[in-house]
Amino acid sequence: MGNKYILEIRDLHVHFRVYEGISRVIDGISLYIAKGERVGLAGETGCGKTVTMKTVMGMLKIPPAIIPCGEVYLNGRDILKMSPKELLQIKGTEISVIFQDPMNALNPVFTVGEQFYDVIRFAQQRFSNGGNLSRERIRNKMIAALKEVILPDPERIANSYPLELSGGMRQRVLIAMALVNNPKLLIADEPGTALDVTIQAQILNLMTKLVEVKGISILIITHNLGVIKETTERVYIMYGGKVMETAPTNVLFRNPRHPYSQGLLSSVPRLTGGEIAEGIPGTVPDYITAPSGCRFHPRCNYAMPICAQKEPPLTMLESDHYVACYLYAKQGGQNE
Amino acid sequence: MKNKQRVLSSVNSEFTTTQWMVLKDKIGRAWYRFRRNSISITGGSMVLLVILLAILAPYVTPYPQHAGAFTDFLNAFQTPSKSHWFGTDEIGRDLFTRVIFGYRISLMLAVIVLGISVPLGVILGLTAGYFGGRIETIIMRTTDVFLALPPLVMALAICAAFTPTIERAMLAIASIWWTWHCRLVHGITRSIKTEEFVQASWVIGDSHFRIIFKDILPNCMSAIIVKTTLDVGFVILIGAGLSFLGLGTQPPKSDLGTMISYGAQYLPTKWWPTVFPSFAILFLILGFNLLGDGLRDMLDVETEGI
Amino acid sequence: MKFSQFLIRRLLYSILVLLGLSILIFIIARILPGDPARLALGPFASKEQVEYLRHNMGMDKSLPLQYWNYIRGLFHGDLGLSFQTRRNVALDITHYLPATVELITMAILWVFVIGVPLGVLSARYKDGWLDNTSRVIAFVGVSVPPFVVGLIGQLVFSYVLGILPTTGRLALLTPNPPTITGLLLLDSLIAGNFDTFGDALKHILLPSFAVAMTGIGQITRITRSSMIDVSSKDYIEAARAFGIPDRYVTFKYMLKPSFIAPMTILGLSFASQLGNAFLVETVFAWPGIAKYGIRAILRKDFNAIMGVVLIIGLAFVMVNFIVDVLAGYIDPRIRIQEETIEE
Repeated sequence: MGNKYILEIRDLHVHFRVYEGISRVIDGISLYIAKGERVGLAGETGCGKTVTMKTVMGMLKIPPAIIPCGEVYLNGRDILKMSPKELLQIKGTEISVIFQDPMNALNPVFTVGEQFYDVIRFAQQRFSNGGNLSRERIRNKMIAALKEVILPDPERIANSYPLELSGGMRQRVLIAMALVNNPKLLIADEPGTALDVTIQAQILNLMTKLVEVKGISILIITHNLGVIKETTERVYIMYGGKVMETAPTNVLFRNPRHPYSQGLLSSVPRLTGGEIAEGIPGTVPDYITAPSGCRFHPRCNYAMPICAQKEPPLTMLESDHYVACYLYAKQGGQNE
Repeated sequence: MKNKQRVLSSVNSEFTTTQWMVLKDKIGRAWYRFRRNSISITGGSMVLLVILLAILAPYVTPYPQHAGAFTDFLNAFQTPSKSHWFGTDEIGRDLFTRVIFGYRISLMLAVIVLGISVPLGVILGLTAGYFGGRIETIIMRTTDVFLALPPLVMALAICAAFTPTIERAMLAIASIWWTWHCRLVHGITRSIKTEEFVQASWVIGDSHFRIIFKDILPNCMSAIIVKTTLDVGFVILIGAGLSFLGLGTQPPKSDLGTMISYGAQYLPTKWWPTVFPSFAILFLILGFNLLGDGLRDMLDVETEGI
Repeated sequence: MKFSQFLIRRLLYSILVLLGLSILIFIIARILPGDPARLALGPFASKEQVEYLRHNMGMDKSLPLQYWNYIRGLFHGDLGLSFQTRRNVALDITHYLPATVELITMAILWVFVIGVPLGVLSARYKDGWLDNTSRVIAFVGVSVPPFVVGLIGQLVFSYVLGILPTTGRLALLTPNPPTITGLLLLDSLIAGNFDTFGDALKHILLPSFAVAMTGIGQITRITRSSMIDVSSKDYIEAARAFGIPDRYVTFKYMLKPSFIAPMTILGLSFASQLGNAFLVETVFAWPGIAKYGIRAILRKDFNAIMGVVLIIGLAFVMVNFIVDVLAGYIDPRIRIQEETIEE
């Protein structure tokens, strides 16, 4: 396992013990992100995206979560095997999260400045070479970070309570907090979903520019294909806790192969043309009694008998383009 | 006009059938959760025990005549024994009997006080919350004044105006108690008032009366139930306090607070006239508090204060 | 809204409430059946004497006029004469108040020193033995009448174990320290009189605990539930995700928001303690204002009743005011929300 990839997930399974049984929320996914790459993880609500995020961040509560098998390598180290102390060291410094809902991600009884200060301070304490930065240096760092996310009057913002800021401003603050300690990987969970569409566009713009400039890899988790198109270079389509298809973004949008991907793309309304958007009939599967074989087969127009029996393997169509579907299993041949 | 009425009534009758089914389902689930919650069970059993004892008092107590005026100085201050489980008091009356009859008085106090103050408070709270404006200000400012003193102190002050009897004490407590429920309901009403289903009713043309009782009140019910259950304990506590201070029941009736106050004079040698009524009242209040707390968990309600 | 605006609004409101309270009690007390003048003079006084006293007390004037006179007198510090002690009620109050203040202050100390840590630890080690024990304690705390705590406490600690005294603030033979504040603990410390201090401490231990019992129960429970509530909030998860160490998250980022809920209870808790004081002072023969008040009520000493009610009302309103202000300070949302509602 070389350091070729910033993030590498291999055959990860995450189950939850619930009252009714075992919920197999993630049932074997693999993905990788190279240095500086912008990768998207797309899928309907409830397909396991957030759980993936939490697993990678080491934020899962075990129990009730169980990880029966799988590895998650961050810069070559397996996150799942790390002690809480080691995990603490990487949080915020090697890997950062931008949470979905900016309204609730900031503590309402502390000023932005206080929280920001702590974020920087604790990261500094962990660096032996950095040593302890003085109050003033930390404050300067914070102001600089706030300026980077194009917040006017950073001094005032730092002295404000979260309640006094708008949603867009809070989101920017959160981005600044995520980036201030120079992580190698940034995970954005449904970025901008909780905001106005116009604000969302600004935020996404800002995010992509920043990560490009700093050379940070980013994993964008979203159900919104528009966001995927605008911000990612490569995308994984997830359904029912499994990866259905993965390809470079423009390739996928041009030529989706998996029936699910095709359904997703056709359900996005187009501004031009006379087509009416179609949805995909059916609902997401129950993770306790999941459909046998391919999890998508009950909703698939092209389902074949074998789809209900065995899970389709990931088949390579072109380099970097893999599909998990029996429609293509005969062609090509290599699995990953 | 007639058509509108016909449409409305048919809509309403469908409504009520579904509402009835939903209600039955709700109750079923609530009962299921109740059974699984050990706090509610414990509290519920304690309460049930006391209520049964109180209702059947003349039949379950060994010396029912001791509950009233009765003297037997020869038997005064007997230690707890087989014939007198809790011993006897300074006049020779069986303490166990008197405690059970004391439960009667405590429960009666709670029923009367809450029976008056809860409906009053709820109605005033609904009115204040729904109509707002001047009415709201008047009602809520009045509650503020009544709540300017701690409940016991206020009750004391009001009791000061009359010769102390148990009934007057009850009235005194009731005259304060409505304020809590008024506040509670007022808060809930205000927050629901702007919800869409209320506005929908308004648009259809439901009368104010209807909206209040059909839309708003049901949403207050869980909070009211929980609070009332918890109130029982509190009211009994205050009642006992008043009696202890000499402002409640007068002898020879046996109220638990009065018994403790009389018994305290004979500490420490004759401990049982104090200790047994004390534990008895603790048992009762604890039962209601456990029950109320369990109910609150079950119905998932947030109430003001505890 | 600016903090000062918030303060002023609260202040005005408090004054209004006090005014309303005074009117209420005045009316109730004046309507009482039975003639206070007659009661004060006894059944053998002549009719003229009673009339004279009534005139002296101003009771033959109209109700609103009486009220107005009373309020006027208030501003001069004149609370009228007590029928019982024949002294100025104001004097009586200054005489008896410190004892109650000391009692309640100790009780509040108990509540914070025991209640808050118990609640915090209870939440942190949820469902553990500490949690279960403290929940039981809390339940019993709110369920047990304070006079029962007092009596049982006396039974166990004074009679059986003999380590604590039963009544009063000081043993008979212990000399009083010089009266500076009227608070025995403080006065004896200031005077350097450590024996007296120890004695006073022993005397106040049990009564203050009896008063505090209810408050301890309340605060423990609400601190616990508040902490549990906060621990599941998004911003706590976010703080952890940013690499803030767990202990810091618990004791800084969870604690402060958790205090808001107990704050709202604080006013209620203080109320219960004031009420408890009435019962506990009776049990322990504690010479405080509550005991004075009860005697006044039993004897229908009208001026004394008014005086006590007003003092207690004032204390209560003040405490509520402080609590509101504190809450507004801790939680900026409260201040800001008030402003938006105005629009």
